[in-house]
This record gives sequence, structure tokens and C-alpha cells, in this order.
Amino acid sequence: MSLRLAGVSYRYAGSPNVVLSEVDLVVEQGEVVGIVGPNEAGKSTLCLVAAGLAPGTIAGRLEGTVTIDDLTTSTARPYELAQRCGSLFQNPGTQLSGTTLSVWEEIAFGPRNLGLALDEVVARVNAVVSTLEIGELVERAPARLSGGQAQLVALAGVLALQPAYLVLDEPTSQLDPQGTNLVGDALAGLAARSNVGILVVEHKTDLLAGIASRVAVLDAGRIVAIDASADILADERLPGWGVDQPSSVRLARAAALRGVSVG
Amino acid sequence: MTQRPPSFVVRAPTGTYRSLNPATKLATAAAEVVAAFFLGLWTGPVVVLVLVVLTAFVAGVARRLGVVAAVTIPIVASIMLINSLLYPGATDVIARIGPLAPSISGFLFGLQITIRLLAASLALGVAYLTTRTGDLLADLERRGFGRRASFIIGSAIETVPRTVTRAAEIVDAQRARGLDTEGRWWRRVRGIVPLAAPVVFGALTEVEERTMALEARAFSTPGPRTVIRTLPDSGRQRAVRWALLLGLVLLVGLRLTGHLAVVP
Repeated sequence: MSLRLAGVSYRYAGSPNVVLSEVDLVVEQGEVVGIVGPNEAGKSTLCLVAAGLAPGTIAGRLEGTVTIDDLTTSTARPYELAQRCGSLFQNPGTQLSGTTLSVWEEIAFGPRNLGLALDEVVARVNAVVSTLEIGELVERAPARLSGGQAQLVALAGVLALQPAYLVLDEPTSQLDPQGTNLVGDALAGLAARSNVGILVVEHKTDLLAGIASRVAVLDAGRIVAIDASADILADERLPGWGVDQPSSVRLARAAALRGVSVG
Repeated sequence: MTQRPPSFVVRAPTGTYRSLNPATKLATAAAEVVAAFFLGLWTGPVVVLVLVVLTAFVAGVARRLGVVAAVTIPIVASIMLINSLLYPGATDVIARIGPLAPSISGFLFGLQITIRLLAASLALGVAYLTTRTGDLLADLERRGFGRRASFIIGSAIETVPRTVTRAAEIVDAQRARGLDTEGRWWRRVRGIVPLAAPVVFGALTEVEERTMALEARAFSTPGPRTVIRTLPDSGRQRAVRWALLLGLVLLVGLRLTGHLAVVP
């Protein structure tokens, strides 16, 4: 069981440019795969394609196949995909429904869409609130949350659909260090305690170093390197691809240059 | 053991007018809007305006309704000016100043439209200020309203405060880059373009992101959504709604057949 992209190329409707080219990628359940790369590398498009939102919701031409377990994204309905693969985008503000009075109801939005029994909706919301440890937020109005809290609530809303995979497009890009830590801790906890497969695009390599088991580098729509997180993030070619190395790697390198050994 | 939503989710709104079922408040607002436009030239608008103001005091939203009224000032001012100065075919012109011909009949016509517009917008304002969007949507969905239609209504209502917040952020950002948005009126007008463009384009970008976010939350699942709370309703409120609906139809019918011509 896996989220699998095989020979995937993608171009948006009306555009001659190929945004993704011959991408092969597999995310197993319980695994966190990080994606790094320079701007315009196609990272956000990779997220949309992997989650089945492109070309499902955003028109374009897909070549190759994307499968989520036994579902092929090009033929599956969006609501079927949503239950297999949750998506989280950069801007927490646009991911909340904007029509609910409390965080609790916001998290219940997805399960309610499925028409589940009330018992089941309540159970799912309570379970997600407990997993992400956001009990103190449930009574709050979604519009009054900080960026980090809103992103956590958006994540909770997606998790309440109980997807086997998560696709996250720079989930901390608009967050301050405190918000980044909130979301990072939540993802680390999720990966450690559940069997959810996570594909996460992230510029903050310090965050990836802490949660990803493998990291792929995407450049000009192609995967140019993929390996264990520690190996890729320590790769000297990384800055050349427009990606900062984690501070621990930079510190170790600076120390080594000065003849200081770091244990 | 059966699990229930927490009490703050199922808690119904309290207060004399706020506690009414959203459908009752919507029906009242609709009837008031129709009465303001169909019941005579002065009677309907004036009666509705008085009723709406009284309701606002009872519901404790008079101050906020004043803000809604203030928002209509530019429209009201332009209606009054155009009609008072440029009313076509006026026989009681007070003076002629170039193309301008101020007249009593033009002034009265402008006043009539103003009261009508004010009555209708404040009637909707009272419904808006006394009904939480979530309550309205919960009630609409419970009544079998489609999820898309309900969501569009909810989103449209929530767009107003969201756009105001976004506009304020953009004003701050433009000021930080040296744009003068205060002072004389032409400076304010000149500041509208760099404000409007980001608001409009930002809203369009948001629509795409929101659509994707909705799809990612299984919004297009066929069939009814789970109802998590039912807002209180009563036989008396149902009777009032039917009476309002019948009165509304009757009013439109009488107006169209010319039977209300005697009402001033």
C-alpha cells in the first residue's frame, strides 16, 4: 500500500511548459518523505498531482499514473481521494471553511461532508483533537486563531477524514518560529504514532531533518536526487540547488573548517 | 456510550430576538424588504424603518445597525443630490444654476428612495447582526437545503468581514510603501486603485485555493451532510413565517393589480 507516482509529467491547461517531468516517487504508509528544491521547481504542482487535485480540480494534462493504494487519481472522484489522501497548503487562512463558529465544528466539517453518523463525527473530532493536543482551542472562533494555530486546525480538519496519506505544501511557510514548532511537533508526533504516509514540501530543512526519513530534491520539474534524509541534507550539492542545509550541518562544517570536532 | 457534540456546539443563541429561529428572522427581513418597496410611496418604507429600528433596540444591536446605516451614506447622498438637482420634468424648480435645477419634487422623490433603501438594507442588517452564520447554515441544512447552496450563502456573508480585514492589511502595506491614503479627497481617490487591485486579485486567488481546500475535505461527497445541531423552532414561529409568506404574496399581488394605489 503506497502513494505512487510513476513516470508523471504535468503541464497546466493553456501553458506549453512542462512543470513536472518523468517523476517517479513512492511514499509508503508510516513514512515521511520530504521534498526540497528551488522556487519554480514544481514542488507545489507535485503536491497537487500527488493528491489528485490536479488535474481533478485544476485543469491540466497528466502523463504517467498516480495511484493512492488501489485508486488511480485520474479516474477517482475528489471525495474518494480526500478520504485516502489529505492535503494541506501554504496559507492557513484559505483552508478553513470560514462558515463555522468554533474550532470543533471546523474540524467536524470534513466528516460531516461524508454524511457519517453523529457518533462517528464526534469520535473522529475528539480523536484528532487529542492526537494534535489542541483541546484548548476547540471553543475558539476559527477566525481568531494565530497562523500556527490555524494551520494546526486545518491539519486536524484533514486528519479527521482519516486519510492514509498526507500531502503538505510548505505547511509552515507563513508561520513564525513558534508556529513552525507547533506544526513540526504535530507532524513528528503523527509520523511516530500513526501509520500515515506523509509527503511534505518544505524549505525549512531543520524541520525536515527532524521528521523526514527520506528527502528528494526537485529541480526544474525533475527529481535530481533522492535518498535518506541525513544523506541528502548533508549533500554538498544542496546549496547549488537553491536549498539551505540544516543549521546542524552548516555548524558541523564550519566547526570542521576551524579544526573543531563535533561529537 | 453515545458520543454527543460538546455543549458549546449545540448551545442555542439567547436573547429576545436573537433566539428566534434563523428562518423566522430571514422571513421577517424578506417581508420587510418587500413591504418597503411595494406598500405605497411613503407608508411601507416609513413603517418598516420604524419597525426595524425598534427591533434593533430590542435585539441590542442598535449601535451596530448605526454603522450599517453609516455605510449607506455615500449612496444616500448621491441619490439625494442627483434627484434634488436633476429631477427630470420637475415643475416646481426653485432656481436654475447652469445644468442644475433644484426642485421640491426631486427632493421628495430622492427622500422617498432613500427611506426605502435604508429600510430594506437595515432590515437585512438586523437579520445579519442577530444571526450567526453557522446557525443560519445549520438551520438551512437541517431543512434540506443543498450543501453547495448553503455554503455559497455562508461564504457570501463571511466575505464581507474577510474583505474588510484584507483591505485594512493592504492599506497598511501600501502606506508603509509611502502611499498617501489620508488627507484631501483626491488623495483618497488616488489611493483606491493600488488598494482595489490587490483586494480583487487576492480574492480571485483565494477562490482557487478555497476550492481545492474544500475538495480536499470531501465537500463534493453526494448525499446529505451530518446535522450536528438543531436550532429551536416552535409552532408559533412556523405560523408567523407562513403568515409573512402569505402576506408577502398578497402584497405583491395587490400592488401588481393596482389595488394599493390608494395607499400613500
